[in-house]
Amino acid sequence: MSPDLLKLIFGRLGIDSLPLHEPILVGTFVMVALGGVTLLAGLTYFRLWGYLWREWFTTVDHKRIGIMYMILGIVMLLRGFADALMMRAQQALAFNGSEGFLPAHHYDQVFTAHGVIMIFFVAMPLVTGLMNYVVPLQIGARDVSFPFLNNFSFWMTVGGAVLVMISLFIGEFARTGWLAYPPLSNIGYSPDVGVDYYIWALQVAGVGTTLSGINLICTIVKLRCPGMTMMKMPVFTWTSLCTNILIVASFPVLTVVLALLSLDRYVGTNFFTNDFGGSPMMYVNLIWIWGHPEVYILVLPAFGIFSEVTSTFSGKRLFGYTSMVYATVVITILSYLVWLHHFFTMGSGASVNSFFGITTMIISIPTGAKMFNWLFTMYRGRIRYELPMLWTIAFMLTFVLGGMTGVLLAVPPADFVLHNSLFLIAHFHNVIIGGVVFGAFAGINYWFPKAFGFKLDPFWGKLSFWFWVTGFYMAFMPLYVLGLMGVTRRLRVFDDPSLQIWFVIAAIGAGLVFLGILSMLMQFAVSFLKREQLKDVTGDPWDARTLEWATSSPPPDYNFAFTPVVHDNDAWWDMKKRGYQRPLVGFKPIHMPSSTGTGIILAGFATAMGFGLIWYIWWLAAASFIAMLAVGIGHTFNYHRDFDIPADDVIRTEDARTKLLAGAK
Amino acid sequence: MNTDTHASHADAHHHDDGHAHSTFSGYMLGFVLSVVLTAIPFWLVMSGMLPSKQITALVIMAFAIVQIVVHMIYFLHMSPKSENGWSMMALIFTIVMVVIALSGSLWVMNHLNSNMMPVHEMTGMK
Repeated sequence: MSPDLLKLIFGRLGIDSLPLHEPILVGTFVMVALGGVTLLAGLTYFRLWGYLWREWFTTVDHKRIGIMYMILGIVMLLRGFADALMMRAQQALAFNGSEGFLPAHHYDQVFTAHGVIMIFFVAMPLVTGLMNYVVPLQIGARDVSFPFLNNFSFWMTVGGAVLVMISLFIGEFARTGWLAYPPLSNIGYSPDVGVDYYIWALQVAGVGTTLSGINLICTIVKLRCPGMTMMKMPVFTWTSLCTNILIVASFPVLTVVLALLSLDRYVGTNFFTNDFGGSPMMYVNLIWIWGHPEVYILVLPAFGIFSEVTSTFSGKRLFGYTSMVYATVVITILSYLVWLHHFFTMGSGASVNSFFGITTMIISIPTGAKMFNWLFTMYRGRIRYELPMLWTIAFMLTFVLGGMTGVLLAVPPADFVLHNSLFLIAHFHNVIIGGVVFGAFAGINYWFPKAFGFKLDPFWGKLSFWFWVTGFYMAFMPLYVLGLMGVTRRLRVFDDPSLQIWFVIAAIGAGLVFLGILSMLMQFAVSFLKREQLKDVTGDPWDARTLEWATSSPPPDYNFAFTPVVHDNDAWWDMKKRGYQRPLVGFKPIHMPSSTGTGIILAGFATAMGFGLIWYIWWLAAASFIAMLAVGIGHTFNYHRDFDIPADDVIRTEDARTKLLAGAK
Repeated sequence: MNTDTHASHADAHHHDDGHAHSTFSGYMLGFVLSVVLTAIPFWLVMSGMLPSKQITALVIMAFAIVQIVVHMIYFLHMSPKSENGWSMMALIFTIVMVVIALSGSLWVMNHLNSNMMPVHEMTGMK
């Protein structure tokens, strides 16, 4: 075939795009391929495809979508953590003339992929998954406002993750760091597909994130059950509301800045070039207008989880509910006023730097108020040291440390010394692991019995907890030391042999975290095997306080047979106190949305379009785009969007629960 | 999409009372105002009435802002009371965010320019 025809069909994609010369990648590919084939064969053998398609892939049930988000987050955590282990090993080895085991070309992709995956495809899905699962239950709703949109959002997020994973074996990923600053990320310095993978993965996933943000805001504003005024909402719902407002207000900025970068790369505009009037600094400015709210998007729901957990496991009403709500709202607004602290060293004058330094320090005030609220909630409480509470206490200690180094970095002169050093790396891992990851784990351990009907095994949970916490401190405290000594981030080899010991300690820490992750997977497996022993028949295993515990575990498709009526902040606690009797008669048919395959099909085309654009396979991009429009328009003619669960089914489900509850007593 | 939503509040059959209802005259008034507000800037540019380009640009911006308000009132039916005040709240929040992002970016980039002396200014220095 002629080269022109090949180019027309395959774009830039050729046999040399496969990384056959990199033994690590070939090995990984063989393992992944074997695992993948085994999984697919298993699914086919056990005839699970139909079940998965009907009950999971096409579902519009917020609970199942939430669970799928969590699975996505945990799977991607394994990928992102594999990158972390490689970096830690490389940096521990590359001393005394050794080059380590990763060539520069590969190492740069590893640290970029680690950052992108951990933020966009681990932290975001874990947070979104928990919000998706819990918020409708907490506000007494039957689903989110736009159930189909929810399914579509999830699959778009998966589409972005798929593009990142494809880049491992077809072509390469960006070598620019996780925010892809130009001019390095512009076409002149990164002519290959890496940055294009980055752009289209984030654009596809970003659509999902933005739409799910709109969906959850609408749900919280419109679908609260009678009696639940704004100031009677559970704190987790409040933090979810603020997080989703941040998502809707900030993700468009990311979309636009990436679109401008792609114009620079694809059609030769000069928004972020060094010459012809472009300014790379504008990119840095814009991407941090999104980037700073993003970290609050991640941590606010974690704060909400800790609030629920602290009050439940202390057996007390949350201390200072109102101040907690106002602190959340203040953080929401302030998170928009601090973005410049990410580039103090870029060359603004004293007035700009001091303004943003001060706003940054001010954020620690509402955050500190929250910390005291949690402490006062625990004060004189009857604290039960179950797994969610353990994670919460570890969070309180770790996050305060991370917050203090953050305030240190907010002082511009100090930042000039510490900018881009390992001190910064230690700081943000300190707050993201200590805040978001511990929060997600507290949330998983707390709500798991709600989602699956049995608790998680405490032995393996505690093992995972201790490995994670000690591993975290061992991995990142040395980085603070190294950062203060002036070691910058993203280095591949080192000259000074006296630094090696710190990197070795950090690598051992990463190894401990690895054991923590393995213990967590073991915890899931063991809990599944011991599910009869760990069973929760009451629906309220922790003697908790909010509405999600008023229904069965796992909740029926319709969540609540009758919409609850709320009189108090801790609605379920209040109901229990007043001797609430479950209604046993008078059930009616329940109107519910129907499943649809449109979401996964649309997201599939979007991913294919991204792939076409990355490799300049224009026919594929155009065809997928047209297909997307056709399917989208076609879906508007789908009139089978809802159905009624017959009253008989509701009665059967509720009677089964009555029997279970009677057996429990 | 509407059928999706009321699945979840099958029990709560209330239609928004705070909704400004659309009328034919309302739409016509909005349409006429929009046309006028579009035609005037066109005429200003085409005829070159105003002495300097800068003033013309500023006047056009002012018309654009009025145009936005007209659209919000007559086509989006926004009023302080619509959706129990949530529309107004969302609008205020949006304006605050946009003002922060725009004015902040202008301030930051202007400062960078004066401190960092970018290349395109240096080429002007003979």
